[in-house]
Order: sequence, then C-alpha cells, then structure tokens
Amino acid sequence: MADDSLPRRRFLLGAGLAGTAMAAGIAEPLEAQQPTASPPAAASPQEPEPFVTLTALETAFIVAAVDTLIPADELSPSGSDCGVAIFIDRQLGSAWGGGGKMYRAGPFVKGKPEQGYQLALTPREYFAAGIAAANAWARKTYGKDFDRLATADRVAALKAMEGGKAEFEHFDARAFFGQLLSITMAGFFADPIYGGNRDMIAWKMIGFPGLPATYADKIDNYRDKRYVAAPQSIADFS
Amino acid sequence: MATRLKDIDAVVVGMGFSGAILARELTKAGLNVVGLERGADRNVAEEFTLSRLRDELRYVVRLELMQDNSTDTITFRNAPDELALPIRRFGAFLPGEGVGGTGIHWGALHWRFLPTDFRIKSVLSEKYGAKAIPETMSIQDWPVSYDELEPFYDRFDKLCGVSGQAGNLRGTKVAGGNPFEGPRSEHYPNKPIKTGTGPAMFSAAANSLGYHAFPVPVATSSAAYVNPEGITLGRCEYCGHCNRTACESNAKASPNVNLMPVLRADPRFELRTRVFVTRLVYDKAAKRVTGVVYTDMQTGEEYEQPAGIVVLSSFVFGNTQQLLLAGIGEPYDPRTGKGVVGKNYCYQFEAGGEAFFEGREFNPFMGAPGMATAIDDFNGENFDHSGLGFFGGGYIACTNAGAPPIGGRVLPRGEPRWGAGWKQATTKWYRSNTRFNTQGSVYAHRDNFMDLDPTYKDALGRPLIRLTYNGTENDHKMSRYLVDKLESVVKAMNPTHYDLQNRPKNFTIVPYQSTHNTGGTIAGSDPKSSVVNRYLQAWDAHNLFIQGASVFPQQHGYNPTGTLGALAYWSAKAITEQYLKSPGPLVHA
Repeated sequence: MADDSLPRRRFLLGAGLAGTAMAAGIAEPLEAQQPTASPPAAASPQEPEPFVTLTALETAFIVAAVDTLIPADELSPSGSDCGVAIFIDRQLGSAWGGGGKMYRAGPFVKGKPEQGYQLALTPREYFAAGIAAANAWARKTYGKDFDRLATADRVAALKAMEGGKAEFEHFDARAFFGQLLSITMAGFFADPIYGGNRDMIAWKMIGFPGLPATYADKIDNYRDKRYVAAPQSIADFS
Repeated sequence: MATRLKDIDAVVVGMGFSGAILARELTKAGLNVVGLERGADRNVAEEFTLSRLRDELRYVVRLELMQDNSTDTITFRNAPDELALPIRRFGAFLPGEGVGGTGIHWGALHWRFLPTDFRIKSVLSEKYGAKAIPETMSIQDWPVSYDELEPFYDRFDKLCGVSGQAGNLRGTKVAGGNPFEGPRSEHYPNKPIKTGTGPAMFSAAANSLGYHAFPVPVATSSAAYVNPEGITLGRCEYCGHCNRTACESNAKASPNVNLMPVLRADPRFELRTRVFVTRLVYDKAAKRVTGVVYTDMQTGEEYEQPAGIVVLSSFVFGNTQQLLLAGIGEPYDPRTGKGVVGKNYCYQFEAGGEAFFEGREFNPFMGAPGMATAIDDFNGENFDHSGLGFFGGGYIACTNAGAPPIGGRVLPRGEPRWGAGWKQATTKWYRSNTRFNTQGSVYAHRDNFMDLDPTYKDALGRPLIRLTYNGTENDHKMSRYLVDKLESVVKAMNPTHYDLQNRPKNFTIVPYQSTHNTGGTIAGSDPKSSVVNRYLQAWDAHNLFIQGASVFPQQHGYNPTGTLGALAYWSAKAITEQYLKSPGPLVHA
C-alpha cells in the first residue's frame, strides 16, 4: 500500500535508481513482490539522475503512471526502473517538448477530431496541464493524488481515462491518456541514449537486436528461425 | 526592397527528385542553373551515416527529415462548408524538407502507372458508357501516353537502380513478373530484393486462388550497381529502418545519393540552401515568370533572382500555393467547376492490416519496404467494373518493411495496450506477424481541391494553402472491394488471427496514412481544364515548368514517384530540345 506519510521529496531523489520505488513508499505490483518472479535487473546508473524539467509533483505522477503502464514482472523491471520517467523528463525539456517544428499561430479553434491537435500548448505545457487535471480528478474521485493511490486504483484510474469515463475539468482525459501512453512506449522502446530502455531491457524483452542491423547475409539463414543477438545501442558505436 | 541578383538561365525551386533531375538535364544542355532549397543541405557523408540513422525516436517519431511546421503548414477541412484549421504537426502525410526533399525518407516503392491509367476517362467511357462516370467525378485523361513516357520511365529506373522482375518485356509476358504491367523496353536494372517469410506465404496463397503474385519493384539496389551518372550504389542491408529515414548503404535511391554528387561538381550549377521562395514574379501580359523572390533564412535578406526559365518543383502544396499567390492561372471554384489552379486534389486510399501466426519466427526487424509481394489483379482497368458501383482499384501487397520497436509492434485486436497483459502480448506477437496493404486509387471529385486560406499565414506572412478533402463514396466502395479480396488471400495463408481495417468514413489528418498527395496544378490537353500542358509547361507562363505529383490529373493505384521521375525526364527533354530553340508555348491551345 502507498504510504502517505513519506515525503515526495525523498522519492524524487531516488526515482532514477533501480529498486528504490519500495523504499520511497510506492506500491509495487503484487506479482513483482513474489519471490518466484524476480525481475531481470536493469543496469543502474552510477549516480541518481536528476529530473531537469518536471516538478516534484509532476515527477511523482509520471513515475506512478509509467510504473502502472509498465509494471515490473518477470519480463522487465518497472517503467521508471527502465528509465522511462527520465526519458519523459528529457523529452519534455527538448526542442520537441518546447513546441519545435509545431505551427503555433492562432486563432485557436477546437475543430473536429479529424483536424488533429488544435491547442496552443507545447508538449511540455500539455503534460503540465494534463497532470494537474488528472490529479484534481483523482482527488475528487479517490481523495488523493494519483501517485498516492494503491496499484488497483491506479489501474482503474488509467482505465477510466483510456475509456473516456474520467471527466477532467477543462481537459480531455482520453486524449491525455493517449499522449501519456505514447510517450511511455517511446521511452520504453527508444534507443537507451535517450534515458529509457535502460540496458536495452525492452529490446531484449521482445527480441529486437538493435544495431547495427545489417542483415543482407543473414535473412536466408534465418527463415522461420529466430535470429538472436545481444542487442547493441547507438552508444555502443559512438 | 529585394536585392536584384544577376540574371541566370534557369532557376529551380525545390531540390527533391524532380528539381535535381531538371537541374541536371538543364546544366547538361549548357545552361547555368541555380537550385533554391528552403531546407538544409542534407549531405550524405555527414548525415547518411551509422550509427546516427538507426534512431527510431529521432527519425520516425520526431520526424527529423520532415517539413518544419513552425515555418509553414497547410490548413485542412473535410468539406467546403467547414472551417479549415492548421495542421499543427504533420500526421497523415509527411512532406520532407531540405535537399532531397521527400526523396530521402520515402519507402522507395517504384511503380509505373498502367497504359490505361493515362487515358482513364476515355477507357471508362468506351467500356461502360460515358454516363457511367458520375458527374462529380472530375477525372481526366493524361495529355501524355504510357508509350510516350516509357523511355523516361526506363531512364528513371536506371538512375535509381530499381530492383524488380519484369512481367512484360516489349510485349512478351515474362513469368514471375507483373503480367498486367505496360510493356517495358528493358529489364529492371537490378534483380528483385529478397523476399520475407510473410510475403512469400502471401504469394503462394494468392497464386493458389488464381491471382498473379510478383515481387514489388523498389528503388533499393539489391546488389552493387553503377547508375548512368556513374554513381555506385550499395546493396540493401535490410536494416528495417528505411521509412522516414535515409540510407547509409547508398542502396535506397535519393536525389542526394543518385544525382546530387554530379550536380555539386558541375560549375554550371549553384545550390543555395535555407532560402525560402516567397513568390514568383509574374508578367501577365508577356505570359512569363521573370524570376523568383526569396528570403535568405540565414541573413533575413530578401533577393530577387531573375531567370530565363523557372522550374517549380516543390511539393504538391507549395506548387499550388505559388501559382495562387502569383495569380498564374484561374483559381478553381468547386461551386461552378470552373478554374484550374487547386483542382483535382487526390490522395492515396490505403487500407490493410496484419495477420498473426502463433509460434512462427519472422524476424520482422530484417526488412525493407520493398521486401514485399503483390498482386495487381484488382488495379485500374485490370478487372471488369460492370455492376460493381465504383471505378478504380489498387495493388494488394504483403510487406516486410521492418519493425522498429516503438512503432513497429502490432497486436491482435482485443489484446491490452498496457500493463502486465500487454507486456506478454507484445512479447508473444512481435516476431510472428506480417502486414498487408491495399494501394487504392483516388479518382478526383469536384469537392476535393486546394485554395488559399483566408485566415492562417506562414512565418513569412503568406496565406497558407487550404486543403479541402474527404474520401468519396466511389473510393470507399473501391477500398472495401480491395480489402475483401485481400481477406480471401489472408484466409488462405491460414493465420492464427488476422485484423483488416477499412478506412474510416471521414479522412482524418492523424494518424499517418500516406504521403501520396497529388493534383492542384494538373496536366491536360486544354487550358480550360488544366494548368500545364503535356510538357508540364504552364499554359499561362511559357517559361514556367511545373514538376512533381501536383501535375497528376488524378491518383492511380500505385505509389507516385516512378511516374513523377519519368515526367521530369520527359519535361526536361522538351525544354532542352524544343523550348531552348524557340522559347514560347510548346502546345498551342
């Protein structure tokens, strides 16, 4: 169960470290606590990685969200232990997060869904607004912020957002869930140089070999036969 | 006030495939040519390199090579009575930017249109009666025939080192190729690239049903090859990162690899990058474009570049926008059907899905977009449309394009999208599925068009182009027919599960579907119904030659680049062999 008495600050300091979620009072999914289901270890960075973009409250939300979307089990450690929260922090602080290559002139009109994203907000601003709206909804619905919820309630909350059943004030909950899921998956599966997919754990999970990806001499020898190689990252060639 | 530069023989606006081909052919004819490109100079040695290119986040998700929407975008609505809104970040289609344009990040599927496609309106009238064509379907015959274009298709095949299997060599059918293709004067320059497990299963299943499967032609070299420009292409490595990315093996054709090295070494050619052409300078009385005005994005200075010949070779949207801004040609009005600029915008009506084979190992990360097999039995007029209630068609393919891990994973319908169940499902199915695609035609409709947006402007203060487009009843029926045919083949492959999706009723600007946009400055035989003549020369400005898919009268059931390249060579020949001798209209209306 989540322990409300632990300050978020302490959690924030350790959020980049593998295996610190329990110490910080974050409920682990039950299956991850079974001794028979020890997660594959992701390499921990030597130093705690600081969050440079998200606030403490936002970090707590993102860590709780990515750990619910990608729970620790026998296939991989949790999303944050794979670096996904760090990935999101860095992406929101990147040119993309600041609205790079995005048309931002008004007038701003809601439009039809067919017309795509029509808000003035950059991705960084969008996530700030979305996290605030999600926490406000969680407080109204469950009496506490999203990151303070027990695992089952977090799952239920995300399902409510995904299914369009959660009604945020002045914010589209379903669209926000879509963006949250999208950036979480990008972080889990992108090259580890961006902070997520630590130790290429997600690539190992699905059997993606990474670099160098030169297969002209391999295709014919691996027809209907699994090609297995220890994955390599961009960093391994740098 | 724009600084007036020294007169030049020819200026080329936009350095993608068409622009590079025109610049090359004009310099070869002795002209001094300036190439203007608003984006970066994408240098092969610097950028088309490992490990840089193996970055799905940078290229595929964050769209490194695509047009910068903060500078310029388009607005979109489904119907003429709706309010158009800006596409704030591209989704459904992804025009490129920089030297090479969309020719860097394409999948390189390299097709020719059918001989009947070039006279589709006449063929439909002959076969089904003129009244069978709906009044709202504004299709037109091309002003050029397949036979006329064939030598230029062949030139472009060789420039690109296309890999494929001929199906019709000078009128003789060749086993293993596409029996429906028009006659080819020569074999493909390279043998087909390798076939993946899924595409091989598709071929066997399609053939068992009496269809005619063949390897998809692709501008990706299956072996080392020296093109007619003397440039050595490498061998495809099946890296699986082709789409939205460049190629480090010099196997996938791009202007940058296959042509630009020759231009860069030519003293008659000068490349200016990060220059944004804001308008064509039009002398209406003389029916000439005297030059172009551009802003140098690195200095903020504005220049006028006078030129004897102006080649307009930006993307479909930019070509149409330049004409509307300069007042060249009458803008199209969907209420009256009069006017020509902006007319017959068409898209590609793609649909498809996936099949899952439990326990099979397909190594989906080894792939290329051209690692595909197809049937062409239901394209264009390859089949009888009597009683079907629609015209058009498309090829049906099974593709092993590569499966990068962020976007290349698919799950059977109903599997969870996240959580512990999702992890098990994505691990189980990632390596055991194969994908299908139907490349449906779009036959022009009166209400699908482009004009200038009344509200939104680009970073240089110009009105954005406004796209009005929706899928038509004809095209939806056509697409459902193709998906039904696809389903019969997929069933014969005996998968554990399969999911095929029909297109949603309304066209939507997200998610990605296809970058095959066409029309707006269409080619024709009559200035009342077209913008350019058969040589891609503007009816209203004889020294303006407009290149690219914006000249397609409608979009057929194939990827457009093969035809785009052939048209560029065809147009260049008319300029160098006819226009230079006697500047003036090459076709008299």
